Amino acid sequence: MKRNDNTPGGASGAVSVRGMVKHYGETKALDGVDLEVREGTVMGVLGPNGAGKTTLVRILSTLLTPDSGQATVAGYDVVRQPRQLRRVIGLTGQYASVDEKLPGWENLYLIGRLLDLPRKEARRRADELLERFSLTEAAKRPASTYSGGMRRRLDLAASMIGRPAVLFLDEPTTGLDPRTRNEVWDEVKAMVGDGVTVLLTTQYMEEAEQLASELTVVDRGKVIAGGGIDELKARVGGRTLRIRPADALELRPLAGYLDDLGITGLASTTVDAEAGTLLVPVLSDEQLTAIVGAVTARGVTLASITTELPSLDEVFLSLTGHRASAPQDAVPADDREEVAV
Amino acid sequence: MSAATVTPETRPAGDDARIPLRGHLRHTGALVRRNLLWIRQDPESMADALLMPVIFTLLFVFVFGGSIGQALGGGQDRYVQYVIPGMIAMMSMTLSQGVGTGFSQDFNSGVMDRFRSLPIGRGSVLFAKISVELLRMLFATAVLMVVSVLVGFEINHWAGLFAAVALSTVFASSIMWVFLTLGVVMKSAQSVQAMGFLVLFPLQFGSSIFAPPTSMPGWLQTFTDYNPLSTLADAARGLMVGGPVAHDLWVTLGWSALITAVMAPVAIHKFRTKT
Repeated sequence: MKRNDNTPGGASGAVSVRGMVKHYGETKALDGVDLEVREGTVMGVLGPNGAGKTTLVRILSTLLTPDSGQATVAGYDVVRQPRQLRRVIGLTGQYASVDEKLPGWENLYLIGRLLDLPRKEARRRADELLERFSLTEAAKRPASTYSGGMRRRLDLAASMIGRPAVLFLDEPTTGLDPRTRNEVWDEVKAMVGDGVTVLLTTQYMEEAEQLASELTVVDRGKVIAGGGIDELKARVGGRTLRIRPADALELRPLAGYLDDLGITGLASTTVDAEAGTLLVPVLSDEQLTAIVGAVTARGVTLASITTELPSLDEVFLSLTGHRASAPQDAVPADDREEVAV
Repeated sequence: MSAATVTPETRPAGDDARIPLRGHLRHTGALVRRNLLWIRQDPESMADALLMPVIFTLLFVFVFGGSIGQALGGGQDRYVQYVIPGMIAMMSMTLSQGVGTGFSQDFNSGVMDRFRSLPIGRGSVLFAKISVELLRMLFATAVLMVVSVLVGFEINHWAGLFAAVALSTVFASSIMWVFLTLGVVMKSAQSVQAMGFLVLFPLQFGSSIFAPPTSMPGWLQTFTDYNPLSTLADAARGLMVGGPVAHDLWVTLGWSALITAVMAPVAIHKFRTKT
């Protein structure tokens, strides 16, 4: 029962969401969300805790019924065709998980059988995926003995058993250390290379930049911005170049010099005297190169130079005027409507 | 939507692909294997099924057996014949709890979400768990019979013994719907267990399982008379050691049917709509 990756039915994208609403009493988890994910691309859904990201993933994977609105995944309606839809999706998340009491291999075999693979094929697929996710040696150990990274890899392997056309990753690296996070990113990139369409939720701009080609920013159940990742980065002020001259006395003269040249991004250069660094906003690679060139031309010796992506907080601040971590009632409801893009 | 109580989908409309019976059987089989592997990975989970019949038998036969036996007009030997059929009834109820705690764990750990995102009927998850818990119960009953023979129980009617076990299995599968509802509704496995204890304790001791109710106050006798554990215990007693059976048998079957009729739809509804 090999499935091909053609999306059945409809000219719409791999994932298509229209006017999705889900309320829990007074809380508007989703308040009219529209979203379109093209086949073979990775859509990042960026937002703080409580923005509605998980609710969206749960509706798209048929775990929740929406109050109103429409959504299709690979051409199947989430409400009317849940069974067909479940055949073509993979789900890995904070919530959908493997059985900790079962060994890794048994987890994959179980899911293979539940996906109607014949015994032999289910066994083969379990072996194959354990190999691919470097878990062969841990195959017989209960998943409860796995490290955080191994667990996530097993989660990813489990969601790949049915060769899904669309993969939902709900905060795949939340709670992982940086090294393990990089491992998971590499695995996700490899899966994308196989042509899977991915919808990924995250709280980290860096994760979105690593994995996603397009980004939807959500806040309090609403989409507040969307588009290509570079376009959004430009809108939120791009990256920050952090320059640390070897001699701290150079800080202020260098800042003035760069501002006078007028080659920096939207905001002006700021001095972080405590860290002994200059923070220079940059919008493009060309700008970055020009700034480094200018600094070199001035003959300043540098101790370090790094680029940083804006944090989720900064993204939100520039898009909405309020901080992502602000409590719900910090912004009056009326203001909220106005700041929503 | 009466047929939909077996097939799990809430949405009957559209061109939704139906799961063939063979598919349901395959899924249930795979999930039974999963539940059996749980026991293999964690043999301690069998401790209650193994130890409870041993401890209760020893406790009641050697601590209370002499006194209650005297009241029955005999001694400890007389009490063994009295209490062992009641123990079968007790275990059918106590071990049914496993369905509730097991589901509570599955929901809390996110395993249930994984299952629900797969193209399987939710009934498969349900029936697999119930089958394995019934197996556990039969194992506990076997342990009980071994211990009971060691303390002097005489198995005179094998057919009666099997009939008693069959009856308690029927009753247990009705009680499982109650625990299943608790397992879905309550937040943690611990609270399912605590709640289960609150339900079980008065039902078990306010019954004819451990002592004949004749010396109990009138209001309590009324309770024990209607308590299904009493009728199950009395029916098992009649089947295993002799005495009247028919009335208690029918009342027990009536209770099982009633509990199933009321609680199965509630459990399935809660199970299906849990998010």
